[in-house]
Amino acid sequence: MASPLLRLQGVSKSFGGLAAVRDVSLELPAGSLSALIGPNGAGKTTLFALMSGFIRPDAGRIEFDCADITGQPPHLNARRGMTRTFQIVQPFAAQTVRENIAVGAHLHCAGRQDALDEAEIVAQRVGLAHQLDKPAGDLTVAGRKRLELARTLATRPRLLLLDEVLAGLNPQEVADMVPVVRDIAAGGVTVLMIEHVMQAVMNLAGKVWVLAQGQLIAAGTPSEVTRDPAVIEAYLGHGTAQRLRRTAARESA
Amino acid sequence: MLDFGILFPAVLNGLTTGAVYALVALGLTLIYGVLHIINFAHGAALMMALYGVYFLKQYLGLDPYLALLPMVAVMFVGGYALQRGIINRASHGKDENILLVTLGLSIVLENIALLAFKSDTRTIDTPYTLATVAIGPAMIAVPKLVAFAGALVTSAVLLWIVRGTDLGRAIRAVAREKHGARLVGIDVDHVYAMSFGIGLACLGAAACFLLPAYYVNPQVGNGFVLVAFTIVVLGGMGSFAGALLGGLLIGVVESLGGLWFGESLGQIGIFLLFIAVLLFRPQGLFGAKA
Amino acid sequence: MNLLSPRRDLVQIAVFAAAMGVLALTTRSGVVLNFAMMALYGCLMAQAWNMLGGYGGQFSFGHALFFGTGAYVQAIAQLQGGLNPWLALPLAIVTACLVGLLIGALSFRYGLKGSYFALVTLAFAEVFRILALSVPFTGAGVGLMVPLKEGAANMQFGDRRGFVALALALVVCGLLLTTWLRHSRFGAWLQAVRDNEDAARAVGVDPFRVKLGAIGLSAAFMGAAGAFYVQVFQYIDPGIAFGPHTSVEALVAAIVGGLGTLWGPVLGALVLHLLADFTRSLFGGLPGINMIIYGAVLILIVMFAPRGILGMGQSVRGLWRRPASAPAATAPSREATRG
Repeated sequence: MASPLLRLQGVSKSFGGLAAVRDVSLELPAGSLSALIGPNGAGKTTLFALMSGFIRPDAGRIEFDCADITGQPPHLNARRGMTRTFQIVQPFAAQTVRENIAVGAHLHCAGRQDALDEAEIVAQRVGLAHQLDKPAGDLTVAGRKRLELARTLATRPRLLLLDEVLAGLNPQEVADMVPVVRDIAAGGVTVLMIEHVMQAVMNLAGKVWVLAQGQLIAAGTPSEVTRDPAVIEAYLGHGTAQRLRRTAARESA
Repeated sequence: MLDFGILFPAVLNGLTTGAVYALVALGLTLIYGVLHIINFAHGAALMMALYGVYFLKQYLGLDPYLALLPMVAVMFVGGYALQRGIINRASHGKDENILLVTLGLSIVLENIALLAFKSDTRTIDTPYTLATVAIGPAMIAVPKLVAFAGALVTSAVLLWIVRGTDLGRAIRAVAREKHGARLVGIDVDHVYAMSFGIGLACLGAAACFLLPAYYVNPQVGNGFVLVAFTIVVLGGMGSFAGALLGGLLIGVVESLGGLWFGESLGQIGIFLLFIAVLLFRPQGLFGAKA
Repeated sequence: MNLLSPRRDLVQIAVFAAAMGVLALTTRSGVVLNFAMMALYGCLMAQAWNMLGGYGGQFSFGHALFFGTGAYVQAIAQLQGGLNPWLALPLAIVTACLVGLLIGALSFRYGLKGSYFALVTLAFAEVFRILALSVPFTGAGVGLMVPLKEGAANMQFGDRRGFVALALALVVCGLLLTTWLRHSRFGAWLQAVRDNEDAARAVGVDPFRVKLGAIGLSAAFMGAAGAFYVQVFQYIDPGIAFGPHTSVEALVAAIVGGLGTLWGPVLGALVLHLLADFTRSLFGGLPGINMIIYGAVLILIVMFAPRGILGMGQSVRGLWRRPASAPAATAPSREATRG
């Protein structure tokens, strides 16, 4: 079996006395589209920050394509092929859509014109072609999410970490965004998404990891994981799984 | 050089100066702690206060210590108006803008003073200006002793206001969580202006204690600005205890530094300390990460 | 905003240089020439500040540090080193650049930003000022005087036109460099770091390297201004070299003209010098009037026109403030979670 593109071994991080991430180990195969879910405060974004290099782990090891990247800064990880989007969108607000994407393109293009041309191509892929000369600050939330996606795509990543790329979108916008993500993955990019929008997770992800209170409590296909009592407990509270089963048994009786 | 007879007076003098520094820094740290702005105009405001005390003495014959109440009141009102009228208008977000506005204010104030009062250094004459008191082997100037006591008393009053009054509670609430404070009905803009006013009122008091033992000219604020910043950063932004202890410490460091390296190079020591703290420990000795 | 190709910028620069050249050659008025010289000199400083502050987003309050370094090196190289001023000039520029790199390396290595960075630059400028005041090598409080020896070969032009030409050449270099910042990868990286450092890091930008480059360039141009000053006035002292007057002039001109634009520094310097001359004619040679004007202008601009006079610059207030109604940028209620 081919070695995983991303491997975490025993990664932990605490802030003050609070353990945000506890002994997390996982392997992400190349070419997969996976999801990381869990209740609020579980540590998902912290885990992304650890993976991409914004935070150093207190313990554990992170490997990207068999190379040890533990503690490496984000820009070096980006050059290796791992980029991320942010839970709260971070556009370069005063610059146009084209200029925004071009910053990503410059990872591979030394020339300005090349980068701007590349930006146009990427914009078309995510459906922003008609807004190329708009200032990023004028876009809607959905537009900014696409922009963030486009900017990271322009870096020609091998692994894309998407942090709640669907958050804040209405159902129509979600429906529009899902095929974009699927298209990216189909293009060969490995994608790991943090997501709360369950419909998208079920539709897109091949594998799902569940994080609760900093620890991985389940891993499997979407349907396996959503039936897992431990996962239900984590989301809905202690004893819920049992109650649900009893209700279901009573109803079917 | 390590002779007790030389060290002891230097340390004592440093403590008295440091107490006044602490008073200046307290105002600055209050303003930072509540409004989260770095008041660059603090030095210029102190300079104006010193001129105020000077002219009260020159034209009204009012003794600086008696001028305490009017000075504090005037500085408070001035600070309130300044914050409400000018600084608040520009306070939309990034605090570089506030820094620029307060920088602008400090330039305007300093140069108006230069225009109005020329660059002569002035001092005042009071019956006790040259009086000294013997403490052990040291001869400490009476004004400095009064300054030391006065600064401590003023600090205590300030602490009482912040801890023991409703206003103080409101101030602490706004400092910690501005939106929450607004939600429970606290007038945040008013609290901001009050805090700024109190911060400047501290300068009014500091000026009254300072002038008898010191002097005034338009540039005097510059020297105090960076020292005050050093103390605030050293003690931790927003920490009263830090400002107090930091002030005393800096006063002693400056005094000893001046003893060994000469006065101007002693000043460099403070700036280098400032730079070092900013680089290596920006949260200071007592503060949370700013 | 930068979208237009560099060609348009270059054409504008050429027109500007030609117009200034014509002005310098045809005018007979000493007043006009003097004004042009001082305005161009102010523009050079504003350009320098704009590189770091406008394009890099790092506000320095002690830019005089680099000015003074350039000035003293220019003076000392001639006085102690016997160097020809034309040789001293590149030395001054390089030294100022190195000081910039040093300060930048320290500050950015330790992640200083915003107000802390502003304060640190101020502290450094003060340290240098006190050193210059105390050390005989720099003439201490008396300062240094470069003896009068007129002649183009000695960079002391009897005719003001020579200085105008020199200043123009330096300003044009600044304009060319700024154009490069507007249309290059380095410039794109720099502005990305300015607009959102984390987002920039996520797409492969090294903020430390980029900021360091910016401060080096900015310091170099500021050093050139310092050297220029020494040649024109043949004198330098610690107050002029490292004092707040110089730092403030550079800063205010850049902000007034519009941060992060090509012509902002030119416009800002022009406006400030016109204002200064106007008030001088109104109030005579009152000390400090200039600075009062600069301070007041700074306050007014930050309060009412944060994007500079033309409204075209980067808003000093922060980039989320747009005049049109902007949709909320944050996802509702989710941002509080660290999920």
